[in-house]
Amino acid sequence: MDTLEQLGNTFFDWQAMVAILPELLTVGLPNTIILALASGIIGTIVGMVLAIMGISRNRALRWTARVYTDIFRGLPAVVIILLIGLGLGPVLRQLTGSTSPYPLGILALSLIASAYIGEIFRSGIQSVEKGQLEASRALGFSYRSSMQLVVVPQGVRRVLPALVNQFIALIKESSLIYFIGLVASERELFRVGNDAASNTGNLSPLIAAGVFYLFLTIPLTHLVNFIDTRLRVGRKQQIEPKDDAMEPVEEGARA
Amino acid sequence: MTTTTSGSLTGKDLHLAFGSNRVLRGIDLHVESGTTASVIGPSGSGKSTLLRVLNRLIEPDRGDVLLDGRSVLKDNPDELRRRIGMVFQQFNLFPHKTVLENVALALRKLRKMPADEAEESALAQLDLVGLKHKAQVRPGNLSGGQQQRVAIARALAMGPEVMFFDEATSALDPELVKGVLALMADLAAAGMTMVVVTHEMGFSRNVSDTVTFMDGGVVVESGPPAAIFDDPRTPRLHSFLSDVL
Repeated sequence: MDTLEQLGNTFFDWQAMVAILPELLTVGLPNTIILALASGIIGTIVGMVLAIMGISRNRALRWTARVYTDIFRGLPAVVIILLIGLGLGPVLRQLTGSTSPYPLGILALSLIASAYIGEIFRSGIQSVEKGQLEASRALGFSYRSSMQLVVVPQGVRRVLPALVNQFIALIKESSLIYFIGLVASERELFRVGNDAASNTGNLSPLIAAGVFYLFLTIPLTHLVNFIDTRLRVGRKQQIEPKDDAMEPVEEGARA
Repeated sequence: MTTTTSGSLTGKDLHLAFGSNRVLRGIDLHVESGTTASVIGPSGSGKSTLLRVLNRLIEPDRGDVLLDGRSVLKDNPDELRRRIGMVFQQFNLFPHKTVLENVALALRKLRKMPADEAEESALAQLDLVGLKHKAQVRPGNLSGGQQQRVAIARALAMGPEVMFFDEATSALDPELVKGVLALMADLAAAGMTMVVVTHEMGFSRNVSDTVTFMDGGVVVESGPPAAIFDDPRTPRLHSFLSDVL
């Protein structure tokens, strides 16, 4: 019974959790959301550029995208975060006078996210049937307009679930930013929970931080499932009966 | 259907190779303004490729394409293709857009029509193919025959001078073929210049003005339907016809 009680105290000390709640809510949560959202948006934009480059007919563009993707997808996130966060710190200080590594954290997360999202978009775009591009070109659209109006929108739609998964990964990876050292007001959920846990020697604050992560990620997980189902079976709509056979074509089709 | 300015179309000595695979080996084809030419032949004979070379979806290695007697190989290919409508075996409607948007897209973006005008024009086209009531539906909810009629409306909306049909009924269930063929026959009767790649020998014989038989990247025989179907001169056409008829 002692062991159980001990475990209970270590993980589920309600007082410790309640004590850290305000800080998680006012400091940790907003920072996690800012980090994930900012890098998600930048990553999506850069990722789209990378995807377009990756399928370009220009060899140099294709190779640039390839090398970028291989590097930033191939390295552990923490390595990139440390290299960017610590390495570029002095540069940022010279340029802006700011000593906060926060923007560099967003930059590092964006670089990683864009490599993954670029691959997601590229696979989606390439999965669109060749006939779509051909039909659009046959109507008189340029390659560029065809991609923009016909191919890319379809490709993106198909990979929405994978994209949301990537956002979930970003929310979790934003916790790694603690490696580059943030001032108190810049700490995200994990750091807030972890600091409190270190100070008290009790892990309950970390559990509380974990619950906040779940509040963010679980709805997104279900959003993925929802989108996935919607894409597979379509909006609830009556499939039209094949009425060609019954419907006299001549009526409408008369010249 | 009002086809105001259909033009004549000529392909001259067209050559095309993919690597060592010589798909077109000196094709000549002439379609008089307002007539229908059907192109028949076994799979892999280069029929579909010929259409794509004629509207420059694929650039020929050699040869010339003339629209109304004027070479178009130096024109902007995008502008050329606005003058030639094309209908595909797999319909290739844009699945993320409604039927109406499919037809109106090129009018809005290429003809720069205001949205309401493009919509009105698209609805008129859909009415002609008997599918005005499906305007707000996504293509995925239509039968194959309906989708192909929408694809025809989409091509016609641009007011093309020539229409290409690339095995337009090959992917359709048998009971849906008739409706699409009837629509194509109506178009031909209305004086549209058409090039029809088809396996529908009945259509080829009854609707087209000339029939071209291709095999192995060359035109083996061409002439009026009666000559081709009733009096084939080459053994190749003879054996093809005995296989398909």
